[in-house]
Amino acid sequence: MHIHPLERRWIYVVLAVIGIFLLAIFYTAIARNIHPPSHIETIDSASLHLSEEFAEDKLGVWTQPDGTIKVTLVAARYGFYPREIQLPAGTQVTFRIASADVLHGIHIPMTNMGTMVVPGYVSEITTTFPKPGEYPMLCNEYCGLGHDHMWSKVTVVAKESWPAAPNAQPVRR
Amino acid sequence: MLAIEIRKLALSHFAVAFGAFALAAVMGFYQVLERSDLIPALQSPGVYFASVSTHGVLMAYVLTTFFIMGFGYVTAVSSLKMPLWNLKWAWIGFWISTVGTGLAALPLLLGRASVLYTFYPPVQAHALFYIGATLLVVGSWFWCVIMIAMHRQWKEAHPGEPVPLPMFATTANAILWLWTSAGVAAEVLFQLVPWSLGLKDTVDAGLARTLFAWTLHPIVYFWLIPAYIALYSFVPKAAGGKLFSHELGRAAFVMLLVLSLPIGFHHLYMDPEQSAGFKLSHGALTFLVAVPTLLTAFTVTASLEMAGRSKGGTGLFGWIGALPWRNSMVLAGILAAAMLVLGGFGGLVNASYAMNAMVHNTAWVAGHFHLIFGGTTIIMYMATAYYLWPHVTGKPLGSSTLPLVQLWSWFWGFVILTTAWHILGLLGQPRRISTVTYNSPLTFAWDPYILTMVVGGTVLTFSAGLFVYILAKSYRQPETAPIQADEIEYAESLDPVTRVHPLLNGFRVWNIAIAVLMLVNFGYPIAQFFLIKTFGSVAWGY
Repeated sequence: MHIHPLERRWIYVVLAVIGIFLLAIFYTAIARNIHPPSHIETIDSASLHLSEEFAEDKLGVWTQPDGTIKVTLVAARYGFYPREIQLPAGTQVTFRIASADVLHGIHIPMTNMGTMVVPGYVSEITTTFPKPGEYPMLCNEYCGLGHDHMWSKVTVVAKESWPAAPNAQPVRR
Repeated sequence: MLAIEIRKLALSHFAVAFGAFALAAVMGFYQVLERSDLIPALQSPGVYFASVSTHGVLMAYVLTTFFIMGFGYVTAVSSLKMPLWNLKWAWIGFWISTVGTGLAALPLLLGRASVLYTFYPPVQAHALFYIGATLLVVGSWFWCVIMIAMHRQWKEAHPGEPVPLPMFATTANAILWLWTSAGVAAEVLFQLVPWSLGLKDTVDAGLARTLFAWTLHPIVYFWLIPAYIALYSFVPKAAGGKLFSHELGRAAFVMLLVLSLPIGFHHLYMDPEQSAGFKLSHGALTFLVAVPTLLTAFTVTASLEMAGRSKGGTGLFGWIGALPWRNSMVLAGILAAAMLVLGGFGGLVNASYAMNAMVHNTAWVAGHFHLIFGGTTIIMYMATAYYLWPHVTGKPLGSSTLPLVQLWSWFWGFVILTTAWHILGLLGQPRRISTVTYNSPLTFAWDPYILTMVVGGTVLTFSAGLFVYILAKSYRQPETAPIQADEIEYAESLDPVTRVHPLLNGFRVWNIAIAVLMLVNFGYPIAQFFLIKTFGSVAWGY
């Protein structure tokens, strides 16, 4: 194969640039452990109301014994339930979300909290909100004619205003 | 001059392609208006999502498939200089695809298939939509077989000679499309059609998304390769120069074929039904598919630079001004490259395994693919249509200035529209909403960009109308002075091409490479749905 010297030089440049990009990605993935939500866990979306975790009275914000927060949400047309939640800033929060009907996506703009919510599967994502404020938590995947209206409210409060974690049992707020 | 039966065949394909384009363009205009909330009377999620679904299907499936088929037939007969093999099959394919388009259009236009062009079960469309879409694809398989057969026949008649580059690339695209469409075909035939006909109660949304992701990335290269063929074959010639490198071009098309297939999971980064390891593997290969595009950028730029310098351009950038900017093919090539640079940057962000989370399903994504697809790809389709029009109609193009106005307005329309969308995406606006209802101060920041979007959409609609007008006007000219259009000419290579390595002249080894890569990257991810306990979803309306 005949390659012009200029082409050869350009190929080296291209490979170097792509190599740098890949290094950055593998570094963040492997060394910093940053991964997209990839939690293969199945669930019967038709019987969430009977499940251990996603029955109506089990939804909401739970403080874990180690001080981290767990949020269980059901995504269903047209909202994320419960519709309003409060979370502390600067604390590790793990969301576990199941769809009761169709495909949804959840996103809190200006943060990196986001995942698809696929019926039949549990989505799990862990994040920390750095700044207090009121955030819309909106559906970003077409789910029906009411899709525009599918959003819930998240209020992030300063860590100091958040009650200390109870010792024994998870407490629902 | 093309034989009359080829002209008729190509013209029929282009008529369906650009007819669909015109309708979809009008819908696009309606969508930016509806989405902007400027005219309250227009507000209707039902109409909006029916329109978005139709716009997507017509632009992404109908315009592309029919243009690619028509262009492929012209490329095959004109670059190989042999008659079309199996005209009858070509027409059978055309009619199957056309009937499929019609069948799918019925439920789409009646609002009975508002599931977007990505299908998204368990929201269910009328069965006719899935069946029509399948027929559209099945018809295109006839085209694939004809292209592959002609490639082989030419090689048998010319042992040891390199297949002309445009045909080599067209065959690569035919093979790419057969591999690509297998994923969505499996989804539709084994999941969606039986389910929509009531033969199956449930559908596994995770498996459906995985199969769709098989198709979803390489399909964009199926659309893009004809644009690259024009960049390699027509643009250097129109600029008055030669192609800088023939062999690197072949290598680029081979890489596009092999590397665009096993990477679809970058559409599923945010999905729960696939594991991080496979996502990372697809993500890494996604970056490698940028290599052939960067090679193309170099080869085309080098070819243009040589042409510019031969016309007296000097200095580091002087050759750019010396190019024939008033030639529609050259202009389109330059504008396509500009949009490719911008869109490619956005694509690298999307492809980034972790950074993707910031922009996933936001308006950024719509901005990205409108820039690359609507911009880069379609502007080359337009320039190719202008170039081929006299050859397929036998009449000169009505005007040489109007196409320039059209191409410039297409470029600026997309720059305005997609800049707004990229910013809206970074500000958190989701794609695929018909109105903004979030009661949050965040949305005030969106307002100026929503207005900008309307301006961009208006410019684009004008440009789309002008495009169809120019073609229709030229076609409807009286027959008084029919011109005998010259041969369709493809750029010569700087170095005469007498021999190429067999790996760059055929696809057998590359098909094996694809099979291995697909097995590695899709084998277990598909098999897992049959190995773990999964729960299907019943059908939902919308």
